[in-house]
Amino acid sequence: MGKKLFVFVLVLGVYLLHQDFWNWKKPDLVFGILPIGLAYHAGYSFLAAITMAILVKVAWPKHLEDVQPDESIQGKTIDRGH
Amino acid sequence: MIPVIVLGIYLVVVAYIGSVAFRRGKENTEDFFLAGRSIGPMVFFLSIFATNMTAFAIIGSSGQSYRQGIGIYGLMASSSGLVIPLSIFFIGTRLWALGKKFGHMTQVAFFRDRWECDSIGTVIFTLSAVMLVPYMIISIMGGGIVLQDISATKGSAPLIPYQLGCAIVAVVVTVNVFFGGMRGTVWVNIFQTILFLCFGFVAVAVISHAVEGGLSEYMTKLAGNVKTASLLTREKMPERFFWSYTLIPLSSIMFPHMAIMCFSAEKVTAFKRTVIIYPIAIMLIWLPCVFLGVIGAQLIPGLKDPDGILLQLLAKFAPAWLAGLLGAGIISAVMGSDAHQVLALSTMFTKDIFTHYGGREKYGEKGAVFFARAFIVVVTAVAYFIALYLKEKQGIFEIAVRFAFSGFAAMAPVMIAALFWKRSTKYGALASTLFVAGCLVFFAILQNQHKPNEVIWTVGEGANAIKMFALAPNGDLRFWNGFMTVVPMVIGSTICMVLFSLITRPPSAKTIEKYFWKNLKTS
Repeated sequence: MGKKLFVFVLVLGVYLLHQDFWNWKKPDLVFGILPIGLAYHAGYSFLAAITMAILVKVAWPKHLEDVQPDESIQGKTIDRGH
Repeated sequence: MIPVIVLGIYLVVVAYIGSVAFRRGKENTEDFFLAGRSIGPMVFFLSIFATNMTAFAIIGSSGQSYRQGIGIYGLMASSSGLVIPLSIFFIGTRLWALGKKFGHMTQVAFFRDRWECDSIGTVIFTLSAVMLVPYMIISIMGGGIVLQDISATKGSAPLIPYQLGCAIVAVVVTVNVFFGGMRGTVWVNIFQTILFLCFGFVAVAVISHAVEGGLSEYMTKLAGNVKTASLLTREKMPERFFWSYTLIPLSSIMFPHMAIMCFSAEKVTAFKRTVIIYPIAIMLIWLPCVFLGVIGAQLIPGLKDPDGILLQLLAKFAPAWLAGLLGAGIISAVMGSDAHQVLALSTMFTKDIFTHYGGREKYGEKGAVFFARAFIVVVTAVAYFIALYLKEKQGIFEIAVRFAFSGFAAMAPVMIAALFWKRSTKYGALASTLFVAGCLVFFAILQNQHKPNEVIWTVGEGANAIKMFALAPNGDLRFWNGFMTVVPMVIGSTICMVLFSLITRPPSAKTIEKYFWKNLKTS
């Protein structure tokens, strides 16, 4: 599986997991205190963090780390002063 | 009195940090607006997080959970916990690189250069400013109300009346931004973010300890009561509404203050830690607030204005210093985002209008910084007087802010096309922007002319009828049997971008080469 496809499937899969229709009407409590719908989405927040960690690992735009100010536009760029 | 003292200490600390930042600053716009592009990784995270967190994360989340239950967390927090870091990862890093390479300080400057067109930048600038101003006004209003509520004692007038509360927020933000610029704002953000990240769990721990029988007993009572059991589920939340809301966090990176923050990082590696911690940080704030909001429905039932539930819970179950800490946490959230909004507006006006139309050439770099500072004073003063004299119209500004979120979300396709699609053209961007502006006006008129629960336009008949436009019970406009209006706006904006780009002449080869040099290719 190509890297781009992996990233696409990963992001799409995690995005779809946000729609937990199976918990919609469940009033169960986790550990007797946390409603299951809330516990699921708290867990989802961790999943989102793990997903981002994976993206940083496999899809980090490393080439951007070397970007330097463009010498040809020094002193006359749109922002630095026209 | 104790909460007011705690708040007083907090405000003095904020003003002091701003003054220290002022002494470190240099008199040029890059330093004033972007802290010289020198923000390190941890400060970058704390600051970008504070930029995005408003008082709603604490007050609104608990109030909404009191009304609608636990679904608010999935609706607003966990969806943002995925979509915002994704947008920072894919869009924020590229914006940073373009800012570093070409010196851009705002998205408008990037759009102007990317599409070789002045007017597209001016149109996007106008729309962004119009959508951002109500947000700033509502921040000052929110601050005034919080200070008034926290300083209120039973049977007597509040120590800090609304007018004074708004003035305190406006003055502290102005002083902080005026003197410290971006550096002062982000230094204060460090203090603010730590404060409101700590607040939630301290509040849960203290209230849990104070409540007889523990919170678990009250949660069981909530589940056993037919009137409140729905708060533990999403029974009252339509699925289409829940799904559509996942598009709203796309707005985050399009808010000028968030995009400008992306330009301020010293290295692109600062984004790494930010995107990973971001979902957890959102959870640390939202989970305790949503939980306390729901439990509040059992502990203090029947509130007419549930937005005050946290304050009431703390007043009843926690020591006064914690109420002060809560006040400081809320005010942190208000000021953290407000300061960035003010600074962003000032940056945009100075760079995209003043400098762009020759002001810097005429008045020099120091003149530009002077203009920026003058603008900060004027815009905050105007926002303060609007907050003062239109207090009763707060609902209008709240609606405007909700529209702004949809509007900025629908502008995301423009940014994505600019960064990743070589064939995108200024006409595509212009069509997309005008479509978004048109939708906002049209939807605002529809919403204003009809009443809650009213069906405006139906297609078909009987059981298969589609409610194309209808108002929800809270008065918000819904599309196609319950989708939020952000759905047609994002789809329409994307179609406009693609269609008008394909039928118009592409940007010059020189521009394509400039913006799609090998280092900007997607990884």
